[in-house]
Amino acid sequence: MKVGVYLCECGSNIAGTVDLEKVAESVKDLPNVEVSRIYKYKCSEPGQELIKEDIDEFNLDRIVVAACSPRMHEPTFRTVLEDKGLNPYLLEMVNIREQCSWVHKDVEKGTEKAAALVKGAVLKSAAIKPLGRKKVGVTSKALVIGGGIAGIQAALDIANTGYEVVLVEKDSTIGGKMAQLDKTFPTLDCSACILSPKMVEVSRHPNITLLANSEVTEVDGFIGNFKVKIRRNPRYVIEDKCTLCDDCVPVCPVIVHHEFNEKLAPRRAIYISYPQAIPASYIIDPKTCLGIEPLVCSKCKDVCEPEAIDFDMQPEIMEEEFGAIVVATGFDTYPIENLGEYGYGSIHDVVSGLEFERLISAGGPTEGVIRRPSDGKVPKTIVFIHCAGSRDPAKHLPHCSRICCMYSTKHALMFKQLDPDALAINFYIDIRTGGKDYEEFYQRAAEEENVMFIRGKVSELIQDVDKILVRGVNTLTAESVELHADLVVLATGMVPSEGTKEISKILKLSTDIIGFVREAHPKLKPVETAITGVFVAGTASGPRDIPDTVSQAGRAAVKACNILAQKELEVEATIAQVDELLCRGCGFCVESCPYGAIELKAIDRYGHSYEIASVNEAVCKGCGSCAAACLNGAINHLGYTDSQILNLIQALSEG
Amino acid sequence: MSYEYIKFGQEEKEFIKKIEEISGQNIYSCYQCGKCSAGCPFSSKMDLTVNQLINHIQMGQKEKVLQANTHWICASCLTCTIRCPREIDVAALMEAVREYILREEPEKVKIADIPKDVLEKLPNIALVGSFRKMTG
Repeated sequence: MKVGVYLCECGSNIAGTVDLEKVAESVKDLPNVEVSRIYKYKCSEPGQELIKEDIDEFNLDRIVVAACSPRMHEPTFRTVLEDKGLNPYLLEMVNIREQCSWVHKDVEKGTEKAAALVKGAVLKSAAIKPLGRKKVGVTSKALVIGGGIAGIQAALDIANTGYEVVLVEKDSTIGGKMAQLDKTFPTLDCSACILSPKMVEVSRHPNITLLANSEVTEVDGFIGNFKVKIRRNPRYVIEDKCTLCDDCVPVCPVIVHHEFNEKLAPRRAIYISYPQAIPASYIIDPKTCLGIEPLVCSKCKDVCEPEAIDFDMQPEIMEEEFGAIVVATGFDTYPIENLGEYGYGSIHDVVSGLEFERLISAGGPTEGVIRRPSDGKVPKTIVFIHCAGSRDPAKHLPHCSRICCMYSTKHALMFKQLDPDALAINFYIDIRTGGKDYEEFYQRAAEEENVMFIRGKVSELIQDVDKILVRGVNTLTAESVELHADLVVLATGMVPSEGTKEISKILKLSTDIIGFVREAHPKLKPVETAITGVFVAGTASGPRDIPDTVSQAGRAAVKACNILAQKELEVEATIAQVDELLCRGCGFCVESCPYGAIELKAIDRYGHSYEIASVNEAVCKGCGSCAAACLNGAINHLGYTDSQILNLIQALSEG
Repeated sequence: MSYEYIKFGQEEKEFIKKIEEISGQNIYSCYQCGKCSAGCPFSSKMDLTVNQLINHIQMGQKEKVLQANTHWICASCLTCTIRCPREIDVAALMEAVREYILREEPEKVKIADIPKDVLEKLPNIALVGSFRKMTG
């Protein structure tokens, strides 16, 4: 065994606090050490070449590199070993930067610690063994969860690359929140007009299987090989037979709130969400229909000429395998019922931004004429309150939802375009217009359309006969102000949807404090998640607007295709390994594994069946939790086995 | 607590329109960055800063505007006009407010009421500005 030790100065990053000459001196006489060298930037091309030359000259078979965190350059130096025909796992990285020079000021102590760490690695290297990377096959089919604009775009991009996609949507139709919008900022294109062509494309794409009214209930497996259970809830209307004639609707005696219209309009128990809905078929809401167990009413069935109605439909559970998953489960808006000072949602003419969107939509309950929910009168003065519940870590949401400034400005501008004599007042804290052409849109609203902006918050809303007394402040002139409004619109922010919360649990995705899916890296891995092979797009990972959502969906699709395009995948070799003879099947490791990589498996031992732990090598991330939890010492973490770690501890304890 | 009541009736609208007409500026071009007040050499002598005065005009608060001394303190040095990121001729707005007051009240400045020693120190331009009667 011949060890080469390489100490990196990292400019002054390491050399500033660690006397590397002393460290080199201290390792020289350690067992097996053939050569030790200091270099300014070990990660540079000449730095790497130096190791290669030494491997040839001294026949080295263990390399110790004392430099930065292995997260930075372990792959670099492993490649150096591979290039010289050595097993890449015969490398030991010692972190004398993040864990030593950067946290110490005293050169003497820093040097002492660095010397001890390097000594530990040298002794550990005597016990390390070559490891092999396993390969797993890939199912070249993707699952996209959520059929809003993010899911639609991701599904189309994957399908157009040539892979099969299953798109699962919980609602009766795809389209998501974008379908509820009237116009989109800053161009004011009609939302449905730009969305519906994509919806139609999804329904007709030969590579896309659309499962609406369906939910993902269970996910097992790992990158390249996810096993997914999908529950298809009964629609009670046979999609292929329904001709959208609408004969069923007038005869239905059940009238309930219509969710698509934010409950500002009624619908029947049999309904279609909106005319452009995909799949283009009616649906029966089983919670309110009187025809499903027990059959009390069958009026719709009686009038349905194509005989499309089937009250006996049952849920179906499908099981399919996928190579990659895109989570696009979107957002909900913060409930106005939480906002006490704005009436807890009990003042009729105080509505949310999304409700206003339905009120101003030509396809909405008032056919585009803005009418007050209380008395149907057309308002002359509307107050828009920005940051309603946002940027309020004390009581509501800590974050800025990025879209509210723009959508409130859009609402005010559209209202003024309908009635130029009307008064549209925005109360804001800051106007945030961080998007292409957004600032221009805001300036146009103020300058050309006469939309008013008052800097300051509204403290309370009070019902005053048939108007709403708005009490606020103008912080620019330091005046408390009040006025009477006919309608007040609360610009509520984004929270993760129920679907986002559910799927995070099912997929074991890590989330932030609000419940948005956490990205693997906020800047460089914005659509990757903690689970390899699972990607996230759109508002499931945080507030964003439509352009950003569409861009993210495209990236998530590319990342999914990266996996689908491979015949097999290599998995990391530093993973958990069970010693079958020592394992007694207690299951502590199963509980300790955050990735669901260990299960108990029955084996035959001397004619008896025993349950022992079994590690799924493709799922294991090599975190070491199981090895620490195992009472019998039956789990070894390859690359960090007990004997290797004991060598390390011995070196450190000797000082 | 007393609240300033915000209303946009005929009177408010006419006031805003008149100021815009005299100055030739769109009062709603101003997004209240405050750069005019930041660079004004006489800000410290004004009871309302320049942007506050503009904000009151935007809100149609005529009384607040007319009571302020801001536009009288303004020396028309044009620093604000040069620096305004929205290309508003702020000095012209100040002039418009003065003009508006003098049109409403031509006798606002009576030469007889000005003490002789003050009169001697006043620059001509100030007097010309104060006696602009029935013009425009």
